[in-house]
Amino acid sequence: MKLSTYNFLTSMAIKGVKVGYPLKLTINKKEVVETEFNATFVERLLPKLDWSAIYSAAQVVELTDDIPAVQPENIAENEQLMQKLHHLLFEIDVLDGQLECPETGRVFPITDGIPNMLLNEDEV
Amino acid sequence: MARLKLKKIEEYLQCVDGFVKPKILLEQYPTPPHIAACMLHHMQSQYEDLEGRFVCDLGCGCGMLSIGAVLVGAHFTVGFEVDGDAVDVYRTNVQEMELANVECVRADVLQLPQTKWAKAFDTVVMNPPFGTKHNAGMDMRFLEVGVKLATTAVYSLHKTSTRTYIQRKCQEWGARGKVLAELRYNIDACYKFHKRQSKDIEVDFWRFDVSDN
Ligand SMILES: C[S@@+](CC[C@H](N)C(=O)[O-])C[C@H]1O[C@@H](n2cnc3c(N)ncnc32)[C@H](O)[C@@H]1O
Repeated sequence: MKLSTYNFLTSMAIKGVKVGYPLKLTINKKEVVETEFNATFVERLLPKLDWSAIYSAAQVVELTDDIPAVQPENIAENEQLMQKLHHLLFEIDVLDGQLECPETGRVFPITDGIPNMLLNEDEV
Repeated sequence: MARLKLKKIEEYLQCVDGFVKPKILLEQYPTPPHIAACMLHHMQSQYEDLEGRFVCDLGCGCGMLSIGAVLVGAHFTVGFEVDGDAVDVYRTNVQEMELANVECVRADVLQLPQTKWAKAFDTVVMNPPFGTKHNAGMDMRFLEVGVKLATTAVYSLHKTSTRTYIQRKCQEWGARGKVLAELRYNIDACYKFHKRQSKDIEVDFWRFDVSDN
């Protein structure tokens, strides 16, 4: 699971959960893969990112030197930061870990790189 | 990744492994590689809906359309699939083809609109379950989800017999639908144990323009 995907995952579908976001990320095993940087793509993704979730992911992978706590203005004009954001979002692959609902503590496992967001019938 | 020629895409897609034990209730049959390659090639050559795009594959199964989308130039593709066995094959396929920009989330497609995935993607592609006795209208529910997740276009396959109904429904959802091609293919032949009396079904390949939504 890339951290770009983490940005979009919620536990909102659980009965009674109000926000369900951001999920608490724990990583047991990760891998770094190199992928092509596409500035336009990252720029178009910016409005869909929740910076607080992005920053908390950066904390988990210890990249807070690269990613500021608050989204800087005109970030798209800062090529270096855009590259670092690309690295965080698309080059770190979480192979094993878990996502935890901030309200109910329900755990969604990440196994072999795939998050399992399925809920039981009695949870929805 | 550089864009590939139609024939090359098809060749690559022939290497995508299919379902180990297809589950009939989930309507697990892969899109035939030739059809998948033609569909994806068309999306790019006629509409430029794949190259550099953020793409979603609903009911991604073993990854035929997700992998194809990336081969045609999608920047990143996320597939959603409910079945754990299919997800395992998906992962193996992606690993064997060494693709870093395709991934899968195990989830129920029908639950996606109420999440942050709404309007997250540029393009949504799918070969939905057509809906049998058990889940009549499932393809329409998938399509409705697709319309909510995409900002540009949704591509889907539906039985030709439902064409008028789909035309009406998609207008209700604010999407403009167009049939791009009529296909014929044999679903039963995809199930090894079900060879008798199989016949081709007529299927429409649709594009839904959701850019006004
Ligand atoms: C016709 S197959 C297409 C598979 C693949 N996209 C392809 O083109 O080769 C439909 C897929 O949808 C999956 N599916 C069915 N219902 C689902 C649901 N509610 N949520 C997610 N996936 C579902 C099935 O398991 C199956 O893999």
